[in-house]
Amino acid sequence: MKEAHRGSACAFRARTLRATDLPWVVRVHGRVEVTCTSCYTHPVNLAYFDHAATTPLTSVARSAMEPWLGPTCGNASSLHRHGKRARAAIGEAREQVAQLIRATPSEIVFTSGATEADNLGIRGGAWAAREDRGARHVLVSAIEHPAVLSSARWLGREGFEVEEIPVGPDGVVSVAEVRRRLRRDTALVACMAVNNETGTIQPVTEIAVAAHEVGAWFHCDAVQAVGSSQLDVQATGADFVALSAHKIGGPGGAGALYVRRGLSPVPLLVGGAQENQRRAGTENTAGIAGFGAAAEEVHRNLTTRIQVLERIAQRVRATMTTIESAHRVGAASRCAPHIACYVIDGVDSETLLYALDLEGIAASAGSACSSHTMEPSPVLLAMGLDTPTAKSAIRLSWGPSTTEQELFALADVLPGLVKRHRTLRKETV
Amino acid sequence: MRERIAVAMSGGVDSSTVAALLVREGYECVGLTMQTWPAASHVADTGRARGCCSVSEIEDAEHVAWRLGIPHYTLNIREKFEATVVANFVEEYAAGRTPNPCVRCNQHIKFSLFLERARALGATRIATGHYARIERDEQTGRLRLERGVDRHKDQSYVLAEMTQDQLTHAMFPLGSMTKEQTREAARACGLRVAEKRDSVEICFLPHGNHGEFVAKRLPDAVRPGPVVDLQGNVLGQHRGLPFYTVGQRRGLGLGDAHETHNAGHATGSSPPKTPLFVIRLDAARNEVVVGPVEALEQAGLVARNPNWISIATLLEPLEVTARIRYNAPDVPATIRPRTDGGVDVTLATPARGIAPGQAVVFYQGDVVVGGATID
Repeated sequence: MKEAHRGSACAFRARTLRATDLPWVVRVHGRVEVTCTSCYTHPVNLAYFDHAATTPLTSVARSAMEPWLGPTCGNASSLHRHGKRARAAIGEAREQVAQLIRATPSEIVFTSGATEADNLGIRGGAWAAREDRGARHVLVSAIEHPAVLSSARWLGREGFEVEEIPVGPDGVVSVAEVRRRLRRDTALVACMAVNNETGTIQPVTEIAVAAHEVGAWFHCDAVQAVGSSQLDVQATGADFVALSAHKIGGPGGAGALYVRRGLSPVPLLVGGAQENQRRAGTENTAGIAGFGAAAEEVHRNLTTRIQVLERIAQRVRATMTTIESAHRVGAASRCAPHIACYVIDGVDSETLLYALDLEGIAASAGSACSSHTMEPSPVLLAMGLDTPTAKSAIRLSWGPSTTEQELFALADVLPGLVKRHRTLRKETV
Repeated sequence: MRERIAVAMSGGVDSSTVAALLVREGYECVGLTMQTWPAASHVADTGRARGCCSVSEIEDAEHVAWRLGIPHYTLNIREKFEATVVANFVEEYAAGRTPNPCVRCNQHIKFSLFLERARALGATRIATGHYARIERDEQTGRLRLERGVDRHKDQSYVLAEMTQDQLTHAMFPLGSMTKEQTREAARACGLRVAEKRDSVEICFLPHGNHGEFVAKRLPDAVRPGPVVDLQGNVLGQHRGLPFYTVGQRRGLGLGDAHETHNAGHATGSSPPKTPLFVIRLDAARNEVVVGPVEALEQAGLVARNPNWISIATLLEPLEVTARIRYNAPDVPATIRPRTDGGVDVTLATPARGIAPGQAVVFYQGDVVVGGATID
């Protein structure tokens, strides 16, 4: 079993060069020697500061998935006991996810992830609004995740008038700008709860109120708000809320759209009658069960979880203050406790990230990855940063599983790498 | 502590083999691929995915790095590449010259920005798959650039702009190997790119039509104009200077029609039935000047902005062999310094197809003396 894992993890043993030919010694930031146990070459990740990209699967979620990854099977639509068992597991997960955001279970539509949920809420919602009341205008904030922006732009190709709501230099969507643009024929307004690149908390409740005043629906991508704040769909007043499992310790490939009772977005996928005819396709039972367990775990520990995230945030801030000319991006008074974005003067973020990775530290420069390399983040550009500044930004994000060792590694390595990078740039310039 | 080497991996067989060889020699290797092109995503414009060759090259490089157990990263240098290499390529063609983008990329991107990035990643040197050698001259203390052992693959021509500092930070492990040995090594290491064909085209011009490319990017510079013979007689129309290259014979739009058309005219020294070649491109008059093959021959040239490698500078006439194109044979020549900083090159036998904008590289035996740009 162990051997099989080694082979599949690295494929090193399958190749022609034999391990004995190669003197593998890997130095990892000065002292520690840790290598990939399969190939003895890659330093293993010492520190993972990219929880906004994806989070480690928690043991609770993993346990909930395991029954569905073994030899027993069951299609939740089947009428025999195998099917019923799968159906029951999905029903339980639906309750768990609903509880996390204070919704009722019937308002939860499971999807393949938040991208599909965003597509369903925005495209399906706008299509429904056009059918129901002839609406043809869509408003989205300029700092949305590509899943939201692309969904909205797609509507633009279908004859909808799509407007992007600008943000100020603090990265906060202006409610006044939303109000100024709302019309009688506005189908939908979309704004995320917490920005995934800057961690800035958005005024979604106010935007929902404004949207409802003209009869428009409000779609909220809450992927980064779940698990870092108390998210209450009743209080927020959102009509559609997109959620992701793998950002809160659940598995990839599972997500959900909260659909307010009484609303019915036009389905994107048609076929069987699954998810109350809102999303066809045999359910991903394992993924949904893992999502439910992760949601339950977050819900149960939310208060302590947020406290832990805030303590880690303080530590990260302390490290960043040791770096000269590193500035936090976004409104200081509206920070989520698990994401921080910094502009580090004189640094090329792509190079810095690779240098960090060579030392075993994972970070990010935002979500704007396009085929292997990075482009300046559209979110930072929308906030008014110029391209060179946007290209010197780095995003750190963490979770409740972030350890003392990881924080130590970051504090130990990052300032030195920034210094080396700056020295070389001065030489070349 | 092992020396960390950044291997410039293009996804091709040469640079992949370099990575494998250096790994075997015990260096700590980091694979780096430069993403230079395309400048923008097509998906954003059309909403539909389109195949992209450069992405599959990156994936080949990633795959090789993974097989070798080394980290691999892709560096986005599109902006700088666009500003430094592509823009210059377009401007040079528009001005009637024939640029060499690879020379420029090596000088301004690969051994400059890319090297800087590699050093920021803790690498001491960058290794590339060029067929050329770097040797230290014990007498002068200078680093010498020498031809690759494989004469057919020798790439010292495109490296002749390298400075001593750049040579200090470079490694060409394939310089002492033949292409066949490289492929053999790649096979022995189980690299899937071992049988991949060599890329011969310019990376940002995969389909090779520089005229169309320039016309699209700088439409104002590509204006139709007259094709004239050496006496100034107008023989036809050209589509715009960037569509032509000195020494070109086909595609002049004159062909048989012109020859029969002009059969009754007195056309001076270009009689009918004589094949016509592009002799020069006159940007000031927007003319393509054509003539018989003999008119292509030149006994000398002036070159600008020399870069000296084996010598500190050129103070007196020096006997060398000169290469005027990437794939042209060397011609014995004498080079002399000019007072304006350029170089006078006198060729022992006249050469054809000397194109302004191309590099001229001077050798003594296998050693690169230096290089310059043909004026």
